[in-house]
Amino acid sequence: MHTIASNKLAQLFILLKKQGYAVIAPALRDAAIIYDEVETPSDLPVGWTDAQSPGSYRLKKREDDAYFGYAVGPHSWKKVVLPPRMKLWAARREEKGFTISDTTEAPRKLALIGVRACELYAMAIQDTVFIKGDYVDPFYKAQREKLFIVAVNCAQAAETCFCVSMKTGPKAETAYDLALTEVIENKRHYFVAEAGSRRGAAVLAALSTAIARPAEKTAARQVIRKTAASIKRTLDTDGLKTLLYENLAHPRWNDVAERCLTCGNCTMVCPTCFCTTVEEITDLTGDHSEHWRRWDSCFTMDFSFIHGEGSVRSSNKSRYRQWMTHKLASWHDQFGSSGCVGCGRCITWCPPGIDITEEVKAIRKNPA
Amino acid sequence: MNQKTAKPTLAVFKFASCDGCQLTLLNCEDALLPLADEIEIAHFLEASSAVLPGPYDVTLVEGSITTPHDAQRIQEIRKQSKKLISIGACATAGGIQALRNFKNVDDFISVVYAQPGYIDTLATATAISEHVRVDFELRGCPIDQKQVIEVLTALLQGRRPDIPSHSLCVDCKQRGLVCVTVAQGTACLGPVTHAGCGVLCPACERGCYGCFGPMETPNTRALRTTWARRGMTDAEISQAFKGINANAPAFRKEHDAPKR
Ligand code: SF4
Ligand code: SF4
Ligand code: SF4
Repeated sequence: MHTIASNKLAQLFILLKKQGYAVIAPALRDAAIIYDEVETPSDLPVGWTDAQSPGSYRLKKREDDAYFGYAVGPHSWKKVVLPPRMKLWAARREEKGFTISDTTEAPRKLALIGVRACELYAMAIQDTVFIKGDYVDPFYKAQREKLFIVAVNCAQAAETCFCVSMKTGPKAETAYDLALTEVIENKRHYFVAEAGSRRGAAVLAALSTAIARPAEKTAARQVIRKTAASIKRTLDTDGLKTLLYENLAHPRWNDVAERCLTCGNCTMVCPTCFCTTVEEITDLTGDHSEHWRRWDSCFTMDFSFIHGEGSVRSSNKSRYRQWMTHKLASWHDQFGSSGCVGCGRCITWCPPGIDITEEVKAIRKNPA
Repeated sequence: MNQKTAKPTLAVFKFASCDGCQLTLLNCEDALLPLADEIEIAHFLEASSAVLPGPYDVTLVEGSITTPHDAQRIQEIRKQSKKLISIGACATAGGIQALRNFKNVDDFISVVYAQPGYIDTLATATAISEHVRVDFELRGCPIDQKQVIEVLTALLQGRRPDIPSHSLCVDCKQRGLVCVTVAQGTACLGPVTHAGCGVLCPACERGCYGCFGPMETPNTRALRTTWARRGMTDAEISQAFKGINANAPAFRKEHDAPKR
């Protein structure tokens, strides 16, 4: 473990860019912290934090100059590996038959800075879906292999976070290249850095660092411990799969259906939700056609449209139930893990503030 | 494909409306010439005074039905049209002029016109689909350029148009925008509104006004509760539903009788 003085963080950005990476990191935009391409650490939301609760997100000034003093926002890293809209291929009609051209752009080398523990888990879950199954998604895989991941252990959680229950945070534990813990003491501001891969170690070796002293390591551990202790929201996962399967007719689904707008925001912000649709776009002559992939959602009618039947999940109730039971129950059967990492995005960014942890509690209280 | 005998004919008709949707079509500069290659524009007074008689393969209808004469005319147009597509909020829901539906129209006539005796109008402004069978309704105030070209293209190709009827929120998130309701407490009709505009208002940090009308499964009551919890009064909320698409059934239901 090494320490990096806060005023030396820029070296990391410079080095990664020299190695050909574009740097994607948290940035302030339109009253929130999103992920965008940045140049230097001063582009980060320095001295800002967020106050989150069901259906509400507000930026707030911090009393210090922390670089990473906030929790996750409306964006997730899935937009990098699974772009919201993407042209997969184009076709042109010829004299005889047609030709197809691959129009996907070559993946870029991207350094993701500030990836949180729950987000690493979410990426691992999407890897299972897109790389580890029988059908590998070539774009996802190619882009995934071009990522350099700088994780940040959370020094600040939101009221909506429940990673502790989901065993996904707040300390970064799965595959990263570098992991940083930001420590702000009376007179010092530094990062305790740990390499998680060989190229991470090489990057670390090229920066101005010092070997971390025991007191500094302890300080970093305490940052994480304090964050973990601050997380009050819980989701009891004990027997959860069975509980949900046995309660498909629970009256609570009617209750949530009254509150749910079926707007799809929860699925769009969720870092593990991976559903897409594909559409053909043709020009007026029909001689040229494009095949586009777009994020879709189990909350749209088209998503469950079956020829001759219409939507087989036409009620709000059936769509919310599908979403939640997939996240927390059938995901286990399908992919061998929970589909929820406890990031809290679906709670914050749901306009009516529907809270997945509360919905589970309500069913647990009065099971069938 | 290349040996076309006769090109399909297109007609555009106007009822009570501001012409904005027709202008949107006229503004499709890049697509208009290729469109004219594929389609014979047989009747489009906004573009040309040359008029061919029906029947027409495709008819676009802008505007709502507000007079007895128009109620007759749309019947005739339907008979002359193989496919009839209503375009814009007026044609698909009645438009802003449908606000009259919630008041006594005679009261308006007496204040607005110097010689009320000359006015021959219906008590309501209504959507084209309330009068004749409509093959497709293209939403918007005004309609979106890409969408109208997509509908015509799909029709020419004999495929389903790619016009999603999900919420505006889906498109808003696809664009990576920050929700104005959650991050700023701004009232936004996005969750109950049909996508299609390209998310113009939230992109300018404004709430959606509902120009594209209700989405496929609009839970307007849940949105009322959502806003009420953020401090809006019942009257303010009803007012928000009483805009360009006030007469669309889902929105009408929410502002006409806002009893909780
Ligand atoms: S379900 Fe909600 S809390 Fe769980 S990972 Fe998705 S957005 Fe985060
Ligand atoms: S749970 Fe919330 S975010 Fe998800 S569809 Fe329903 S209202 Fe929208
Ligand atoms: S800004 Fe409006 S359209 Fe966008 S997500 Fe929020 S409520 Fe939906």
